[in-house]
Amino acid sequence: MMRLYDLAATIRSKNAGPFTLTIDLVMPDAESFQRVLSSDALAPTAIAALYDVPEERVRVVPFERVLTIKVTLPRRVSSGAPEDRDVYGCQQHFPLAAIEL
Amino acid sequence: MSADGKKLRVVALNGLLGYGYPRASLDRALAMEPDLVGVDGGSTDPGPYYLGSGESFVSEAQVARDLEPALCAAAERGIPLIVGTAGGSGAEPHLQSLLTVVREIAARNGLSFRMAAIHAEVPTETVLAALGEGRISPCGHAPELSEEDVRGCTRIVAQMGTEPLIVALEGGAQVVIAGRCCDAGVFAAEPIRRGFDPGLALHMGKLAECGTLCARPAGANDVLVGTIDGDGFEVVPANPERRCIPESVAAHSLYEQPDPNCFYEPEGMVDLSGCRFEQVGERTVRVTGSRLVPAEQPTVKLEGARLRGYRAITVAGIRDPGLIAHLDAIEQSVRAAVNDAMADALAPEDFSLRFLRYGLDGVTVALEAAPVPLPREVGLVIDAVAPTQELANRVLKLARSTALHQHYEGRKTTAGNLAFPFSPSDFSGGAVYDFAVYHLMQIADPAAIFPVEFEDVG
Repeated sequence: MMRLYDLAATIRSKNAGPFTLTIDLVMPDAESFQRVLSSDALAPTAIAALYDVPEERVRVVPFERVLTIKVTLPRRVSSGAPEDRDVYGCQQHFPLAAIEL
Repeated sequence: MSADGKKLRVVALNGLLGYGYPRASLDRALAMEPDLVGVDGGSTDPGPYYLGSGESFVSEAQVARDLEPALCAAAERGIPLIVGTAGGSGAEPHLQSLLTVVREIAARNGLSFRMAAIHAEVPTETVLAALGEGRISPCGHAPELSEEDVRGCTRIVAQMGTEPLIVALEGGAQVVIAGRCCDAGVFAAEPIRRGFDPGLALHMGKLAECGTLCARPAGANDVLVGTIDGDGFEVVPANPERRCIPESVAAHSLYEQPDPNCFYEPEGMVDLSGCRFEQVGERTVRVTGSRLVPAEQPTVKLEGARLRGYRAITVAGIRDPGLIAHLDAIEQSVRAAVNDAMADALAPEDFSLRFLRYGLDGVTVALEAAPVPLPREVGLVIDAVAPTQELANRVLKLARSTALHQHYEGRKTTAGNLAFPFSPSDFSGGAVYDFAVYHLMQIADPAAIFPVEFEDVG
């Protein structure tokens, strides 16, 4: 077992517009890329539960050319609104980064 | 589409006007004899405040510092200079503020040129009419739009594509200062106007708008040079300490985008799935295969900021372990006391009071389990938002004084609960907005909502 955070070469979150978060998981090699991509923990159902968002709005897009898996999900609160806590969305890779593979 | 075997070279100053760049990089880029200097001036990343308030998130002095050498070089060489999303958000106050900066630079340096200002603020009535005619749909994960949302906005802007920029260039403008503008369009307008492939032009623009973010080492504060030809384009950082490699350029399409295989512009979808990235020099990457799938129905993206109230905050440290263990109960008691004390002025649903507990769960809140053991210290931010600044200040002062002395089970620290680093302890945060509008609007004529105004400067 290994934490996704420790396995990834880069793991980052950011707004893709004020209503959407996108999390990039850049893996160090093809083997770990496949390992993460095929994990049940990366299924939209699992990610939706982690972030408390509707499953049908979570997308997982592999981008093999640079060994990256992109996870896109709705923000629960739009960027900079009074209820928000992360205007740029750049510390939202947790809780995903904490999953064990 | 070959533009007669010609090439066109664009220089991107940096990722955002006001972020700075090394002067030596600009000099190197200018030595490559570019046909255009461009820079993106804005973003929604810093949140809705800047659009709502009309303020800029970068300093005007730094904008002038970034712009002056580029403006002088463009004027001297007779090549266009294009700035997209003036003043950070591209609404009318932002545009006017940048136009003033440009005029001041021109006066200081004895420059004269024809300038075009392109307006991007959209009247409420225009948006309401489109809403009534079913021409508005949410962008990404934005909710459905209501008339009330539109009316609540202080300002609404539309993101222009390349068309209004081309109108400005065709009108003889050498300096183009655009309101809210798609970032890629800043660098794609001139190539498209000269007959280069729009898919390639927009992809080159998408890379250029972030400066050297597509290079290694990556950075938004340095100069990128892009050269488009008949069947591809090349990108190279002006600074010899950086280089583009196929992976770094390919990976850029991940950045702030929901899908790395394509991106959307008013012109249509740019399909990157067939792209090839080749190293063609020590620091240069050549890109081919980017393809525009033209939009069937022209749309523009709208952004609108709505005033939600006024903010006041205080910051305090907590060290006592008993206190840290009872933060939920303390918060509950404070909330009840504040609701009671405010009852003459505000109902509980008319203001918000938040306790942000850094060190404990300040960022991810309930999405992660509480840390075991509990942290040694917690940084507490108490945040009040209410309909006026005066009311927000009152809510905060009540919450702060109550929290300072709030009793809890097993309390040993009976002289005070909060270590305030500052006196005064409370800060007025000013207006708070949200993005009430982030939607796509179908339009018949892009030129009609982005008026171009010409001016002879100097």
